[in-house]
Amino acid sequence: MADLPRHTAIQIEQSLELWLEVEFTFLHVDKLAATLSELPREDQDFLLNWIRRIATTNIEIAHQFGQRVMDVLSHMDRRVIEAWALHTMDTYDRSGLRPALLVVQDAENFVHLRHERVAGAVYEDVSGILLTFVRGLSGRQLKMEQGETLYTDTETLYLPAVVAKMHTTEDNFQLCKAMVAYLWAQTRYGTFRVNLTDALSHYSDNEKALKLFHALETLRLDACISRELPGLFREMKRLRAELGEIQPISDKWADYTQELAKPTATANDCLRLLVDAYTGIVPDDVCYQGELKPEVVAACMSARMEREKMLLRVKLAEFAKDLTKQNEKERESPPNFDVKTPDGEEEEQGGITQLELTLDDMPIAPPEGVRQLLTSIQLDWGEIPPECLTAAGEGEYDPSLYQEQVQDPDAVWQGTYHEEGATFYSEWDCGRQHYRKNWCVMREKDVLPVYDNFVPEVLQKYNGLVKHLRRVFEAMRDENRLLKRQVYGDEVDIDALVEALADARDGSEMSDHLFMRMHRTERNIAVIFMVDMSGSTKGWINDAERESLVLLCETLETLGDRYAIYGFSGITRKRCELYRIKRIDEPYNEEVKARISGIRPQDYTRMGFAIRHLTHLLNEVEAKTKLLITLSDGKPDDYFDGYRGEYGFEDTRKALQEAQRSGIHPFCITIDTEARDYLPHMYGAVNYTVIDDVKKLPLKVADIYRRLTT
Amino acid sequence: MQARALNPEENFIESEPYYEITGDEIAIFEAAYQNKLPVLLKGPTGCGKTRFMEYMAWRLKRPLITVSCHDDLTASDLVGRFLVKGGETVWVDGPLARSVRAGAICYLDEIVEARKDTMVVIHPLADDRRALPMEKLGTLLEANQEFCLAISYNPGYQSVLKDLKQSTRQRFVALEFDYPTQELERKIIASESGIAPDLAEKLVKFAHMTRNLKGSGLEEGASTRLLVHAGKLIKSGVSPVSACRSAIAQAITDDSEMLAAVQELSSSLF
Repeated sequence: MADLPRHTAIQIEQSLELWLEVEFTFLHVDKLAATLSELPREDQDFLLNWIRRIATTNIEIAHQFGQRVMDVLSHMDRRVIEAWALHTMDTYDRSGLRPALLVVQDAENFVHLRHERVAGAVYEDVSGILLTFVRGLSGRQLKMEQGETLYTDTETLYLPAVVAKMHTTEDNFQLCKAMVAYLWAQTRYGTFRVNLTDALSHYSDNEKALKLFHALETLRLDACISRELPGLFREMKRLRAELGEIQPISDKWADYTQELAKPTATANDCLRLLVDAYTGIVPDDVCYQGELKPEVVAACMSARMEREKMLLRVKLAEFAKDLTKQNEKERESPPNFDVKTPDGEEEEQGGITQLELTLDDMPIAPPEGVRQLLTSIQLDWGEIPPECLTAAGEGEYDPSLYQEQVQDPDAVWQGTYHEEGATFYSEWDCGRQHYRKNWCVMREKDVLPVYDNFVPEVLQKYNGLVKHLRRVFEAMRDENRLLKRQVYGDEVDIDALVEALADARDGSEMSDHLFMRMHRTERNIAVIFMVDMSGSTKGWINDAERESLVLLCETLETLGDRYAIYGFSGITRKRCELYRIKRIDEPYNEEVKARISGIRPQDYTRMGFAIRHLTHLLNEVEAKTKLLITLSDGKPDDYFDGYRGEYGFEDTRKALQEAQRSGIHPFCITIDTEARDYLPHMYGAVNYTVIDDVKKLPLKVADIYRRLTT
Repeated sequence: MQARALNPEENFIESEPYYEITGDEIAIFEAAYQNKLPVLLKGPTGCGKTRFMEYMAWRLKRPLITVSCHDDLTASDLVGRFLVKGGETVWVDGPLARSVRAGAICYLDEIVEARKDTMVVIHPLADDRRALPMEKLGTLLEANQEFCLAISYNPGYQSVLKDLKQSTRQRFVALEFDYPTQELERKIIASESGIAPDLAEKLVKFAHMTRNLKGSGLEEGASTRLLVHAGKLIKSGVSPVSACRSAIAQAITDDSEMLAAVQELSSSLF
């Protein structure tokens, strides 16, 4: 590298003119080229590469980056510059040009924040582990989300995006863990069982009272955590010591500490002590305590208490119905549920007991859902109020109260916030050589079923073929193969035995491979068919696709392989849609048939998100062999936002690589006769097939599937 | 010391195995045994089903032949097969046939793991015929008066492929096992591993934490058996956190994120 000559100013200028489209943008690049020409070749290559990559995202940013980077080159190492460039582009993706240009301008701030990024515990990295951690602890199944500050509404724990108070990543993670445990302790040990808004209303300085209550409550919860999780508590003390938070406390606060350390202490004791503490000063915050938000908590709790009360009643009614069905006798009186503490079980601190549910005085094992509700209700009320235990009568409940509301994918387009309720997928930007984070806004939709004669007509049309295919596929099903000359087996292999005996008489060594056994090769295949529903399939391609799917389903049913069918289409990254035709666990029934019939061409062919989402679905299925078969009529292509040509190929290729890495075999069946130019690059040399005549599609698809899976 | 070879039908449990009674399971098993009814033990892995069988074998003074079922277990593996010895074929009984002849307790552990056709072999043994058809010999082996068939399975797997057919399950007296209560589990761990009760209690707490994760990424929580393993490691001087990692966390999951989370749970406890 060092031997290579430096690029001259003219060479650099030519490149910059091309990348920054100077002809149209009228940007001045001569000065930049001159400065760059003075750098060593290695630096030149590094910076030019980044300017080129950024220019694929936005020319203005690339231009400003080029100018700004010269100022910081001397004191920023390359890794930081790379991170800075990527952060700029992410900001552009997320928030637009102005915020991205601010990132470019404020390089120093980026370096400062970088400590946070390097040593800090980033929410996205730690939330997975910590969520599992908090679910392992007893109590309500909590959720976790990123928030502006650290607090809980009693259902969700909100954590800041980055925690970077400590010097090392490890300690910052421990601090996050302490935060999570502390918020959990609030829900677990009844911090919110007192109505804070009412209880603090008579203090003149409401905010001070709240802070003091929080400080007292922290003393109590610390004691709870030290009893329940002593290892963690040691760690929490260490973190506080390192942050210089442990300072001598006044006698008064020492007394409070002692009093609140009693296992019987509750939030009410904190309220009681608050009267005395109010005259003093507010102690400093503890690093893991976060904030108390009484209004948020009150709103969340009241909604939940009402909902869970109803839910429990509904679930108990369903449970009673199930039990009656099992006993095969009609219940004469309404079910009489009750809870009691089993003998020998002590009530745990904070009011959670392993309760035993009884029906007509007989103990019964409640389903997991009911058990969780009982715990959650206990946490809120401190007990199970008797009215919660009356099973709901017919029509006595509003189902919408206990069903999660699923957003209608079409409805969001009537509003302004189009990303609500969607799943996000990143997309590979080949120019940038990096992912565009959370770029595609994906939704699953059902295909509108069309109940007509399509399926019977297809079966009629391909009558002979269906029979043939069924026979072929049947032969593939769980074949029993007789393995001969085995060391052990179910039967003696007479041929082998005769030979062996002859050998023995001959004086040569007798083989011990004398048995036969049946070997059953069990198929353990899961496959998802990803069907192109782009506008270009309109007409006979669409018909051929639908016919292929019918034939496939008919034959796959004989085979017993698990399969799903999804259509994909969309328009721009904001509207990536996957159409459910058949889910993997759904039987091939009338509705599925009607959905196949209802497949209609939609918009464009954006493929990356579909592959990524279906990969995700397929990975949730347990199978030895997993296949993702694409039925398509052309190359990746989308409207307006650049998803065509190299960008589209490369993203699709990347998505396929991701699928392969997770153990899925992708395969493509296409009717695009030009596909040989690009498919080998995307799918690999052998993982695709081109059918040159669309009419052959229905005949070929099943055959290709057979070859793929045997 | 030299290893001792033992014919399965001589496998009498000589000393009383440690077993904590949790309900009326002993009375039910004894009643089933007297009435020549086969028994099905249901419950999660490591909750004490096998130990219960050992205890009952000791109590009833019958030999115990345990077969751990697996994917490739065939009917021949249970009933018997011809082997070639010295140029001739000789019949060798499988463990089930040996138990039937010797009047032993035959315990087919995790029966759903075996191939489906294996199941059919036990059907005539499990109803009032109490006979084992030996198709290859063309004979019917009538069960000894004292023979007892017991099978176990874990309904927790909840897989269509790993479920017990109605025609099989409806032949058995079923006993349901679950993890013991906290107090009992603590007692079991303390006496099996010899660690102090407060440590045993922490192990139980840890087990409950992992059991809370069932359905949130873990198939099964830590079983009593794993807790005993951890207890034994601790007793031998391994630190509790390391013992939990090696004996429990690594045993219940391979997922790195789950491992890290379980690890955080144990380090919080000790």
